[in-house]
Amino acid sequence: MTNHWNDYQHSDVFIAIGGNTAENHPVSMRWIEKAREEKGAKLICVDPRYCRTAAVSDLWVPLRPGTNSAFMGYLIHYALENEKYHHEYVLNYTNASYLINEDFYFDENEGVFSGIEEDPARNAHSYDQSTWQYQTDGEGNVLKDETLQDPNCVFQIMKDFYKKYNVDNISEITGCPEDTLKEAAEMFCSTGEPGKAGNILYAMGITQFTHGAQNVRGIAVLQLLLGNMGIAGGGVNAQRGQSNVQGATDMAILYHILPGYLGTPQEVHPELDDYLEANTPESGWWVNTPKYMNSLLKAFYGDNATLEEAYRYLPKLDGKDHSHIAMYKLMGEGEVKGMICWADNPVVSGPTTGDKRRYQAEQLDWFVSIDVVENESAAFWKAPDMELEPSEIRTEVFILPATIGYERDGTKANSGRWIQWQWKAQDPPGEAKSDLQIAYMLFKRLQELYLEEGGATPDPITKLTWVEDYGKDLDEDQVDLYKVCRKVNGYYLGDGSLVENFVSLEDDGSTACGNWLYSGYYNDPENPNCKRREREKEGIGANLNWAYSWPLNRRIVYNRCAADPQGRPWNPEAPVVWWENGEFKANDVPDFNADLPPEESAETPFIMLPEGQGRLFSSGVNDSPLPIHYEPAESPVEHVLYPNATHNPVSQVFYPEKLADRGEGYDVIITTYRVTEHYQSGSLTRNMPWLNEMMPEMFVEVNEDLAEEEGIENGDMVEVESIRGKIQAKACVTKRIKRLESNGKVYDIIGMPFHWGHKGLSTGASANDLSPSIGDPNTTIPESKAFLGKIKKV
Amino acid sequence: MKLSRRSFLKLTGTTAAAATLAGTGFRKAHASYEATRVDYAKEIPSVCTFCGVGCGVICHVRDEVIVSVEGDPDHPVNEGTLCSKGSAYSNLSYIFDEKGKPRPNPQRVTKPLYRGPGESDWEEKEWDEIMDMVAERIKKTRDENFEHRNENGDIVNRTNAISWLGSAFCTDEENYLFHKMARAMGVINMDHCARL
Repeated sequence: MTNHWNDYQHSDVFIAIGGNTAENHPVSMRWIEKAREEKGAKLICVDPRYCRTAAVSDLWVPLRPGTNSAFMGYLIHYALENEKYHHEYVLNYTNASYLINEDFYFDENEGVFSGIEEDPARNAHSYDQSTWQYQTDGEGNVLKDETLQDPNCVFQIMKDFYKKYNVDNISEITGCPEDTLKEAAEMFCSTGEPGKAGNILYAMGITQFTHGAQNVRGIAVLQLLLGNMGIAGGGVNAQRGQSNVQGATDMAILYHILPGYLGTPQEVHPELDDYLEANTPESGWWVNTPKYMNSLLKAFYGDNATLEEAYRYLPKLDGKDHSHIAMYKLMGEGEVKGMICWADNPVVSGPTTGDKRRYQAEQLDWFVSIDVVENESAAFWKAPDMELEPSEIRTEVFILPATIGYERDGTKANSGRWIQWQWKAQDPPGEAKSDLQIAYMLFKRLQELYLEEGGATPDPITKLTWVEDYGKDLDEDQVDLYKVCRKVNGYYLGDGSLVENFVSLEDDGSTACGNWLYSGYYNDPENPNCKRREREKEGIGANLNWAYSWPLNRRIVYNRCAADPQGRPWNPEAPVVWWENGEFKANDVPDFNADLPPEESAETPFIMLPEGQGRLFSSGVNDSPLPIHYEPAESPVEHVLYPNATHNPVSQVFYPEKLADRGEGYDVIITTYRVTEHYQSGSLTRNMPWLNEMMPEMFVEVNEDLAEEEGIENGDMVEVESIRGKIQAKACVTKRIKRLESNGKVYDIIGMPFHWGHKGLSTGASANDLSPSIGDPNTTIPESKAFLGKIKKV
Repeated sequence: MKLSRRSFLKLTGTTAAAATLAGTGFRKAHASYEATRVDYAKEIPSVCTFCGVGCGVICHVRDEVIVSVEGDPDHPVNEGTLCSKGSAYSNLSYIFDEKGKPRPNPQRVTKPLYRGPGESDWEEKEWDEIMDMVAERIKKTRDENFEHRNENGDIVNRTNAISWLGSAFCTDEENYLFHKMARAMGVINMDHCARL
């Protein structure tokens, strides 16, 4: 989130899209309700189902699953055509005036941009982005047209590109009535007026598509056009589904990054100098990359290695994808031999793979599950639909019993980036141990084994600072959490004192810091910032003395944009920063250099970007510089806007033979979602009797028209089939999903929660046995929210 | 605070959900609340373990065990409220029998478990032994599949043979250790639920 939960109270209009706030983030609804009650705010819910968020909204916009990108394109079209954008903001804080290379073009027949080329290794296309760049003068300065009239300026390119995203076309694509679309556009684009705030909140119903990054970009671009970034009540707000998905991302449990969003080293950069040169831009905040990277290397290897040696120890990527779907494909090919799963249950939560069921786990030599229950992934060999007998499965499986939240101390980062301390209230049951201790014990043994026996390239393991960092002077296998916090916060290697925050970090190896973004969260051992519990008495709800928010306790990022170039707040009712009597005053921590006069800081309000201004047009994405609509990989319709286009041509394709084409008999659109009473793969909540009582079993939502045609009654068992598999569950015949009509054709949608599996107190079919392993070209997130299947009564 | 089962359901706003599925013949279960179990309990603040809202909770602890969890009224985001999952948080440790007496949730794993090749059941292990076993498996797999240099002769220090998942359920400090140890092992297949 660019903003945070309490900040919702300042919004004038909300769009909840690709998420279901009332059911999946129920408590956050109170801040939406507060804005509605106190300032008459409006809530627009965009969802194929009449979900509980829709039920309490001011306007429900039903869309065919997979067409959020078309809807966002229409809102952009509406803002541009009706001049609803925030002109002064767009001119000063975005790249609207920048001139783009004259050779850049868009091919409307094919739905592709200049630079498209075949990429047979990936079964897809990719882009040479050289024509997507800014025009520059001889000295490298970007050429601009501040009148916004030049045909090569971003603003004019956008006006041209979004012409086709008119209400006729978008109504045809989405199946949503024109009047509803218009009402939504008018309502939300009213926040383009200076002083008004529009808030877009979303979840996996935006991201889990082959065009997921385009959906998110659509939200960001609209928010830039309407001047909704960096202000109170605005923002691009990803509502996180797990208590620490934000923190696990910040700590980079992701193949492509290191902690604090530093890039993972690539094999084309074998030495530290190569890495720093490739990853350090000439302007923007990332000029500090050497300080953060070198401090991270020191946090990993301390005095046991030079910076150069420490860099060589880190694994280098081979230019290929190594995310969830990719690692399962490698498993099927026999390359992955062992797997370690911390509180993760991929057999239920991940998309299905090729022909093999249960994710090819039987291919593994060993599988380690660190969890609080016996989940489906650890018990894959017991699955009732497993084709092999247990006696035929050679995989060794280990369960290391771990802890739930209140059984251990530590921090978690919520969606609003608040790093909050979670106090331990009781011991874990039996012999279960904290995940921190299990991690510590495991690597300690591995290190001892390499020290005793040697092995393949032992140095990266034996030189890592571990026991001396976390377990020194403690009983065997005990780990000191404070010492981990200190490492994450950062300290001076010389005297061991803690750094105040990341501004103190150096690139000369004199500081160590495990995650620069978190630096400052634990800089005072007596009263660490992340343990603060002081509520704000007056202000705008920033609660600066409650916990700690990254970066540098800023609660609204890019908050220079909350005031005009002269430093006057757009909204004096909820001012974030403002210039008064020769200095900046703030209700938040300024996310810019507040020592500079306002006109100067206004030149680069988006401090992370080299150009310092928000990107309406971006060459930083792999598939499209402007948010574009593509159909999902499995779609029942032709592309309305671009006749020869279908789904995203740059998608990450893994099992091309496991995708259904139109006309193969799979013509019902399937979408998946969560319910309030269960959590993700359900391994926890399906073992909680109170929650099972309220939401006892798996179901499939079927609209009344389809149910009648198929002879399905409420409560009947139905079989749902995709090209990848079949499941059975009870039908819930409902008015919540309607049959869609578009262009004289009808489309049926069925919906399923993905919480069930074969273990636990409540068992049921896994919806993800049907979902495809195809991913977004930027993130490789799987397309779980729109795919094709069929349904029949059993 | 006294809660009957009826007011618990009302508080958590789940009656609507129950109604939508009524008529599908879902089985009925029984549970009741021991209303006085928070008396004399120590209050310890913590954070809810479910979604990303990050609600504050108060754990009521008596004789070193949690007897109840409720919303933290001082927390700026939830101000004392919780959803149905958060309200049921203590169910992860304790469930209640027909008479409303708490007992440990039997679904929790309390001992390290091992399933050998071809076996059809779990076997309990001691921590020391199972940790040695896991460390040996990692070492063997890494040693047999480690790529120190690539075809160009550049140092790459990686292995494709080990995959790592998670976790968004663990703390920042735990995830920091996970990242540090995984990279030292040469792991490049690494992901968590941000994608799922």
